[in-house]
Amino acid sequence: MEPRSSPGKALALLLLVIGSVIFAFPFLWLVSTSLKPNEQATAMPPRWIPKAYSAPVGGERVPVVKDHEIRSPSVIVRLTDGPRRGETVLIGREDCVDGKARIPVAGRTVWMPAEHVKDVLPGWWYVVEKRAGLADLQIETSARWDVVPADQIEERIAPAWANYPEAIRYMDAARTASGVQETSRWPVFFVYLRNTLTVCVLGVVGTLFSCSLAAYSLSKIPWRGRGVLFAVTLATMMVPFPVLMVPLYGVFKTLGWIGTLKPLWVPAFLGSGFNIFLMRQFFLTIPKDLTEAARIDGCSELGIFLRVVLPLSRPVLAVVALFHFLFAWNDFMQPLLYLTRQDTFTLSLGLQFYQSQQGGTDWSHLMAASTMVVVPIIVLFFFTQKTFIKGIATTGLKG
Amino acid sequence: MTRNERRHLRNGLCFALPWLVGLSVFVLYPIGASLYFSFCDYSTLQPAVWIGADNYRALLADQVFYKSLYNTLFFAALSLPLGLIVSLSLAILLNTGVRGLTVFRTIFYLPALVPIVASAMLWLWMFNGQYGILNHFLQPLLDRISDVANGLLRLFGVDSRVALAAPTWLASPTWSKPALVLMSLWSVGGSMVIYLAGLQDVPTELYEAAEIDGAGWWRRIRHVTLPCLSPVIYFNLIIGIINVLQTFTTVYIMTGGPFGGTNGNPLRSTLFYALYLWQQAFEYLRMGYASAMAWLLFVIIAFLTLLAHKTAGRLVTYSG
Repeated sequence: MEPRSSPGKALALLLLVIGSVIFAFPFLWLVSTSLKPNEQATAMPPRWIPKAYSAPVGGERVPVVKDHEIRSPSVIVRLTDGPRRGETVLIGREDCVDGKARIPVAGRTVWMPAEHVKDVLPGWWYVVEKRAGLADLQIETSARWDVVPADQIEERIAPAWANYPEAIRYMDAARTASGVQETSRWPVFFVYLRNTLTVCVLGVVGTLFSCSLAAYSLSKIPWRGRGVLFAVTLATMMVPFPVLMVPLYGVFKTLGWIGTLKPLWVPAFLGSGFNIFLMRQFFLTIPKDLTEAARIDGCSELGIFLRVVLPLSRPVLAVVALFHFLFAWNDFMQPLLYLTRQDTFTLSLGLQFYQSQQGGTDWSHLMAASTMVVVPIIVLFFFTQKTFIKGIATTGLKG
Repeated sequence: MTRNERRHLRNGLCFALPWLVGLSVFVLYPIGASLYFSFCDYSTLQPAVWIGADNYRALLADQVFYKSLYNTLFFAALSLPLGLIVSLSLAILLNTGVRGLTVFRTIFYLPALVPIVASAMLWLWMFNGQYGILNHFLQPLLDRISDVANGLLRLFGVDSRVALAAPTWLASPTWSKPALVLMSLWSVGGSMVIYLAGLQDVPTELYEAAEIDGAGWWRRIRHVTLPCLSPVIYFNLIIGIINVLQTFTTVYIMTGGPFGGTNGNPLRSTLFYALYLWQQAFEYLRMGYASAMAWLLFVIIAFLTLLAHKTAGRLVTYSG
């Protein structure tokens, strides 16, 4: 529809802009979280831009974590006697009277002699020194801290790129924790990546091989029974996976393939209904004259397939390859069903395993790990955009 | 059979050989076996024992089964129509000839590409009760609405203290399914691309004719766009029904339990059909029961598809 009135067009544009903001929002939040130190990921109110802060602690300017804002008048005192002698503590102003401070000791509060160090005003910040190389997860209790006015804290934009290698390291920690034997010196993330690529690449090769052969047989060779085979192929496309799941598990168990990657790629070499259907529809559009002429010239069936049909079928081959790759990369249910050892996991399964192990508090590293699973697909999309869009349109319109 | 026919038969079978093997081993045998298992007591540890229709009878008496069916249909009844409205609206807006079509299309389509495990992680984070970004934006909005409502009611002399609270999403039995629906709307880009391609096939003469006849934008959509697009919508509806009833991964990861799983938290409000089936098959090793469930799912899908065919199918216009 092409409304010629420009108000209509302007309204459409406005709605599209609002829509894109909404659709892009979760993406931006994913990337933003993945680049924040964890304490900033869970800071309230949330901020979009990762920052690094520095402030004077004990006389020198050091990188700090902004821990919390002081809400009521307070004081810093040094305890001069008692079990916590020598310690510096931050307490409310009403807890400090006549050289004595009320502090918690062994579960109750007691008054201890203390000397006044500095007054703290509401609006100041409690900052803790952040040492390089330490994980952000917990702030060490022994770390140096201070309370400083807000204007003494310097901030600069600093994406925490280190979250990415750290996420890879933490995924590895989950491996040791789960008692799985080390079978490779590679961080387990790369083992997942290798497994995923194995399943994707072998699956794509297998699908192209088996489906194009079957589609050729169903579209270009007039043999008795191909009608029946095509009907069965179509009918079984409707069957939901849960119907096949239980016996398939049994088949792979009998073959001894449970716990290996084989159930995820070997079946691709033996065809899949939908892709055969897709390719057959495409092959049917190749003029019969071409194949018949080759046949009369004495070309063998394999020759016609390889030299006439396949070269003309690049578009459909590309679509099928791309979609199978995507499917294999994203698939979670089948890896969950067939893979038992961590060193055979794919990225999808490995990401879920990592999330289940780390306890759901370390959001920035989880988002970094998720981003690493997403990015290759996005890159693939940008390189193959045309095939993608055309592929979805044709599979969805004519399929 | 002539020599030629025999040659064709031989070649045909040779080319189809991999698929013939795959079809038999990975499709036909499993279909037959699961139908058989559905009438058996079978735990994989021991051979299957024929028990007749007991599994089906037990299913029809299983309250949790009904719960899982209800959850799935509830989810489908919300996510399918809403997904259709969102993706179709986006496609129609994109087809108005605005500039930057490819940029917009990419932005709307990309979420559909995100691996489901990664998007589950992302939405877990956004729905998070403590630090979730969604409620951070929603709560102030609800506060404002509450204030306005209270102000209005006080004008009428009602002492009102309305205080709308943002839902706790995945932690609430009431909101867990709507949360999953919201998440599913993020990835409607695939259907949008399909609709957009369909829209581009609609002959512009039709719009011109409608415009000359004085049809406004809504009537052009209602009487030109929708009829022309109806076969595509219909096809997507069928595929949508088949897929949505098998929803598994999101609920396994997001509400399955602390380590993922088949709990369908909270209070089984997200125990979907496929999740319950998985639980029966691979956690309780009740393979016969699970097979019966799978076949019932097949019947439900077939029934709904037929229903869609009988109702929506009549509205489909084929242009010859």
